[in-house]
Amino acid sequence: MSMTLLAAAQGSAQDVPARAQMATTLGFHIILACFGIALPTIVLLAEFIGLRKGNEVAMRLARRWSQVMGVLVAVGAVSGTVLSFEMGLLWPGLMRQYGSVLGVPFALEGLFFFLEAIFAGIYLWGWQRLPGWAHWWSGVPIAVSGILGAMSVISVNAWMNTPGGFTEKNGRITSVDVWQVLFPRSAIYEMPHMILAAYMVAGFGVASVYAVGILRGHRDRYHYTGFALGFVPAAILTPFQILVGDTAARSIAQDQPVKFAAMEYVPKSARQVPEWLGGVYVNGHIYGGLKIPFMDSLLVGFRPSTKVTGWDTVPPADRPPVVWLIHLCFDAMVGLGSLLLLVGLWAAWTWWRRRRWPRPLLFWLLGAVGGLAAIVAMECGWVVTEEGRQPWVVYGLQTTAQAATTNGGVLTSLSFVIVGYGLVGAATIGILLMLSRRWRRDDLDDAPVPYGPPPVLANQPSSQVES
Amino acid sequence: MADAVGAILVASVTLYAVLGGADFGGGLWDLLAGTTARGRAPRDLIDASITPIWEANHVWLVFDLVIFWTAFPRAFASVMTALALPLWLAVGGIVLRGAGFAFRKEITRLSQQRAAGAVFAFSSLLTPFFMGTVVGAIAAGAVPADARHASLAAWTSPTALLSGFVFAAACGFLAAVYLTVEAGRRHDQTMGAYFTRRAQAAAVVTGALSLAALFEVHGSDPAFFSRLTGRALPLVVLAGVCGLAVLAMLTAGRAKGIRSVAALAVAAVIWGWGVAQYPVLLPRTGMTLTSAGATQATFVALVVVAIAAVILVVPSFALLYTLQGRRLLGGGEQLAPPAAGRIS
Repeated sequence: MSMTLLAAAQGSAQDVPARAQMATTLGFHIILACFGIALPTIVLLAEFIGLRKGNEVAMRLARRWSQVMGVLVAVGAVSGTVLSFEMGLLWPGLMRQYGSVLGVPFALEGLFFFLEAIFAGIYLWGWQRLPGWAHWWSGVPIAVSGILGAMSVISVNAWMNTPGGFTEKNGRITSVDVWQVLFPRSAIYEMPHMILAAYMVAGFGVASVYAVGILRGHRDRYHYTGFALGFVPAAILTPFQILVGDTAARSIAQDQPVKFAAMEYVPKSARQVPEWLGGVYVNGHIYGGLKIPFMDSLLVGFRPSTKVTGWDTVPPADRPPVVWLIHLCFDAMVGLGSLLLLVGLWAAWTWWRRRRWPRPLLFWLLGAVGGLAAIVAMECGWVVTEEGRQPWVVYGLQTTAQAATTNGGVLTSLSFVIVGYGLVGAATIGILLMLSRRWRRDDLDDAPVPYGPPPVLANQPSSQVES
Repeated sequence: MADAVGAILVASVTLYAVLGGADFGGGLWDLLAGTTARGRAPRDLIDASITPIWEANHVWLVFDLVIFWTAFPRAFASVMTALALPLWLAVGGIVLRGAGFAFRKEITRLSQQRAAGAVFAFSSLLTPFFMGTVVGAIAAGAVPADARHASLAAWTSPTALLSGFVFAAACGFLAAVYLTVEAGRRHDQTMGAYFTRRAQAAAVVTGALSLAALFEVHGSDPAFFSRLTGRALPLVVLAGVCGLAVLAMLTAGRAKGIRSVAALAVAAVIWGWGVAQYPVLLPRTGMTLTSAGATQATFVALVVVAIAAVILVVPSFALLYTLQGRRLLGGGEQLAPPAAGRIS
């Protein structure tokens, strides 16, 4: 006990609140980041259909979504800036030691962030006066740099999980191999896993909004188009995400065996390891889980005799502190991902047999919660990857306690962050709801003139209208 | 190589100051625009000129931070530890400014618009002030080499506080000058005159504060003062000359090139600071660009990124500003028109 206290005093008492703060701010930002990465593609898809097929409904959706994008990009830009500051304000130990290594992908990300923000300025505010296809092309760099920017940031996280590409002498970095830092071993599964997650969050998220509308009885072309533009890309990508995730889990069994042991409840290295679905691990007992014999060994090596490394291979101090959280989050992520896969298959089956959407209420209820399910799954994934790496910030090299600030008062900044982000989050949701109400009013106003003159298309040169 | 990266850092700080700084300055004038009815026209103009570009300008800040920590990690960790409080306050300001500005656009109810506008305007004033105290504290040598604890004294010294005021005033100066040009483009003579008066006042205040800061440094840090008036003298003189030139151009009503001259005045101050301090990164600690620095490979990577930025980002910015200058970017009938227009 006194040893623990001593260690805590020597290390830093700030690492727990600092982690809580990082989790809050990153957990908030990552949702906006998902929409930042993937929403532009969905908006461009809608605008493409609008331009190509003269589909006015798709065009109206594209315009409205880009207004939503405007709000989310603004809030995402500032919540991302907070994270840049926090890298130094919360984790000066990490930056002092490894800033020159993990900064390289961040610098690249800065480049893509520039392109994203510049073209977002053009695209979002160019609706009225840029000609149709020129406007569409101005959005393409946002989508491309969103993906490349995400790859850069994920490369930092991958580097923290499987560090390499540098030499350290007497506690100082003496050389850096830039390519190895940009593409750490785990990047090959982390990058596609997160980018696909972003597309699922944005796609199922957009679809949810219109599923709610359809459930409320707005069974019109506008709502079905909105639902399809989000749901179809996300549902197509879901099976790929599950394949990538499966590969990722198997690779983690090699790259970070202790993290994998926590994900799957493997206390001791063994063969014929069972798979636990759910269950809470406390003091060596697993309460309430469903045990599938040999399954974990099968998943790792396709044979019941596959040996799986347990967390007994490292001393207790080097194990993640809250194993049950990692396991349950992992199960939740896999479970929700599988549920979304089934919803997509359901829609595909009905489409194949009957060329229409499924009619049962259950399908639309699932569609309505799909966005939330994707967000929860994505957040759970981050809990697994971050919590599972503990006590390390850079796996095997630096502990989170060593990285944390030596300043007091993180609890104070944490309190402000919780209150501030709560308000900003509530205001963001409030504004989106307000936009939705305003649009519904607009549509009602439009309704009484079904045979009136066709409304001016968004992208026709509107100089006559202007002057 | 460390020198090249140092120059890149100062250059991107300069770009943040003359581009992002003006957006904060816009918030300052929004704050001072008076009651709802009276402030309607200036708020409208400020909103229209900031809207499509502030996020892109804001990215310079993120870029600055990343270059700082990548190239000079030890100095970065010390600054972030010793000056944690003003940095947290600046972060808070950044969040509230961005959120307040973005929300004000979408809200239609007047009372909520006012609240969001007030949040935007106040944080636009506070953020550059706290950033200024951080720069002032670094220049004054108040950040130790391996800082382990935050220090209140570091950023509340007269030098640091004066620096904070200079930053806030300089943002207001840049914004007012830019807004005279924006008003000219819209053939709005009332607003042209309105912001000309404010630009003149801001120029005088900024100049006076800068002189006061120089005078203060003369007393508190004679060594730094002698370098400022030694090898950095041409830049200090350039800053003064540009400031006076802007005043003259404002009085003469000459819009052509006035923004560049104003930006040059601010840039000269920043480069004057950089030159006076070179090659020391954290004064009074002996931490220099090389000793705080990263490895050669990291420096090379940063130079490559900077070159890529010049190739990719500069033309993109040129496109953005050109479209904005030709007024091709703006709210459509379905995109909400600038909300500030309806604050009345």
